[in-house]
Amino acid sequence: MDWTLIFSRAVEAGIGSEAIIYALAAIGLNVQFGYTGLLNFGQAGFLAIGAYAIAVTVATFGLPFFLGVGIGLLLAVLMALLLGIPTLRLRADYLAIVTIAAAEIVRLVVRSVALSDTFGGTDGLQAFSGAFYDLNPYPPGEYGIPPIIGFDNRSMWVLTVGWALVAIASFILFMAMKSPWGRVLKAIREDEDAVRSLGKNVFSYKMQALVIGGVIGSLGGFIFALSRSAVQPDLFSTDLTFYAYTVLILGGAARILGPIVGSMLFWLLLIFIGTGMEEAVNSGAITFITVNQVGAIRLMLVGLGLMLLLIYRPQGIFGDKREISIDAR
Amino acid sequence: MHAESLPAGKAAALKAFEGMAAEPGVPKPDPILVVDNVVRRFGGLTAVNVNHVEIQRGSITALIGPNGAGKTTFFNQLTGFDTADEGQWTFNGRNMNGVSAYKVARQGMVRTFQLTKALSKLTVIENMRLGAQSQKGENFFRGLIPGLWRGQEDEITAKAEDLLQRFKLDAKRDDFAGSLSGGQRKLLEMARALMGDPQLVMLDEPMAGVNPALTQSLLGHVKNLRELGMSVLFVEHDMDMVRDISDWVIVMAQGEVIAEGPPDSVMSDERVVDAYLGAHHDAPLSAEEEERQLHEAEAELDKESTE
Ligand SMILES: Nc1ncnc2c1ncn2[C@@H]1O[C@H](COP(=O)(O)OP(=O)(O)OP(=O)(O)O)[C@@H](O)[C@H]1O
Ligand SMILES: [Mg+2]
Repeated sequence: MDWTLIFSRAVEAGIGSEAIIYALAAIGLNVQFGYTGLLNFGQAGFLAIGAYAIAVTVATFGLPFFLGVGIGLLLAVLMALLLGIPTLRLRADYLAIVTIAAAEIVRLVVRSVALSDTFGGTDGLQAFSGAFYDLNPYPPGEYGIPPIIGFDNRSMWVLTVGWALVAIASFILFMAMKSPWGRVLKAIREDEDAVRSLGKNVFSYKMQALVIGGVIGSLGGFIFALSRSAVQPDLFSTDLTFYAYTVLILGGAARILGPIVGSMLFWLLLIFIGTGMEEAVNSGAITFITVNQVGAIRLMLVGLGLMLLLIYRPQGIFGDKREISIDAR
Repeated sequence: MHAESLPAGKAAALKAFEGMAAEPGVPKPDPILVVDNVVRRFGGLTAVNVNHVEIQRGSITALIGPNGAGKTTFFNQLTGFDTADEGQWTFNGRNMNGVSAYKVARQGMVRTFQLTKALSKLTVIENMRLGAQSQKGENFFRGLIPGLWRGQEDEITAKAEDLLQRFKLDAKRDDFAGSLSGGQRKLLEMARALMGDPQLVMLDEPMAGVNPALTQSLLGHVKNLRELGMSVLFVEHDMDMVRDISDWVIVMAQGEVIAEGPPDSVMSDERVVDAYLGAHHDAPLSAEEEERQLHEAEAELDKESTE
């Protein structure tokens, strides 16, 4: 068994573009679900909007890259408003139903045959990230700490921009959640009526949380598209949303570092287990499964891990036990 | 009692009610809240059907009535937590029907809940701070720059600490509200409502579950609200307490206001006795009735012990 390969892949995944994408998706969910108690089950839709906004603007219409970024942010805001206006006055579950449907609608629209001239159908779009990599300050070559970590200069540029976005988003939220604004969100998570009785416009705060979380999700979509220099509709299916929730719960909801550490750990473990099993099968250490079965077994282990986490440490890695256990009195 | 020994607020309130007819819907000299024809139905049940009622400014008014009379539902209509089927009401002369709950609170009409709503995952002091109005830091962008709201936050904290002390919660300042006892939560909710400097405080059973020693100090505090110029409307089942602090009593039964009057005489009003006895038979009784039943019970006991 090649342990260097196993560790190398795992560590690279823990700091690589997947970790960034899911960290951003989970940071957005943290604002909505962690702090405000809104169940957005359509985070994949917000990532799709970000990714496709860049791709369509550049690849389909030949317009500038940064216009695509602007359009992506604007569309994320519009989508949040559109979802929030009818549902945020209703009970929490309505938002969950509407968002999960809306994300699927986004995915089905961009993969539809009728609109394939614009969105590229099931094949998606390519050739839109040139302007982004033109800005790359890293000269060609290998970067990292051999033999464990090694990235080429294009990956380095994605990682730099991606982790910078994670840091900026987290810092802004850190400041916001310490402020009286954050206090109102946390209060809404617990009891909307109490907050209303104190003269706060609950609807407006919930809308702000939905918009901010959606916009952060669309940043994850940007990185998704740029890191692969391609977008495909089926990358934005509902799994993405639920992995992002897993990441958030693993790290600890309502904690600034929760989604970041959760995402790094999630990808590290996932790849470690996956590569480890593949290597074990290839080297003959495990004989009762084939390489093709590793993917499915890996997912079962994720499910098992999540269950154990929820049973033994429901507050996640960073969560505050008191905040969780008080209700159980 | 001599008028000069009374605090100014109490004296003013008593004077306002002097010689007022004890009739449902009687007009008050300076009403802060005027309610007309408010109806709320749940399916076939008419939970609230109030023709006309006025709440005198600067007074403590009790709203009493048997269980299910519609008191809480009436509160919900007035404070925007539920939508009345019919009717209108004005607060400080301003029309309030259809106004959403948070705007009602901002205008100075703040309520507490019968089922306490302490925010248990916030600390006691954070609960209190949340009650303050017009906070600069409650805007997302201003919130990002602590320099813009720190000063106001310090003022709010000082005010909160002062209130916590008066409500005997200062020792719990940094505990999660979820760790408080039921009675302490009631106190916290009331103190929190006062953070917004309301003009009319509407308390739904503020004393339920609060121990008698603390009740005394709370009563003192409610009386003090009147001295500070606030008006209080509260729901309460404990008649001793109603007698002690209220200047005027409004009685509801089956959704309607059936009687009004000063606290010492309203309970002997025939309509009120009927309402309570009609609802359930172990309800508060007139003094003579209570006396008579007591004698009967004693006689019974004597008989048993001699047998
Ligand atoms: N949401 C609701 N749906 C249906 N019926 C309701 C609802 N809320 C209240 N009611 C009914 O309206 C009537 C008045 O209830 P309300 O809670 O206002 O009484 P109350 O005077 O506050 O009683 P208590 O002193 O026990 O608190 C009751 O018969 C109750 O069953
Ligand atoms: Mg009630």
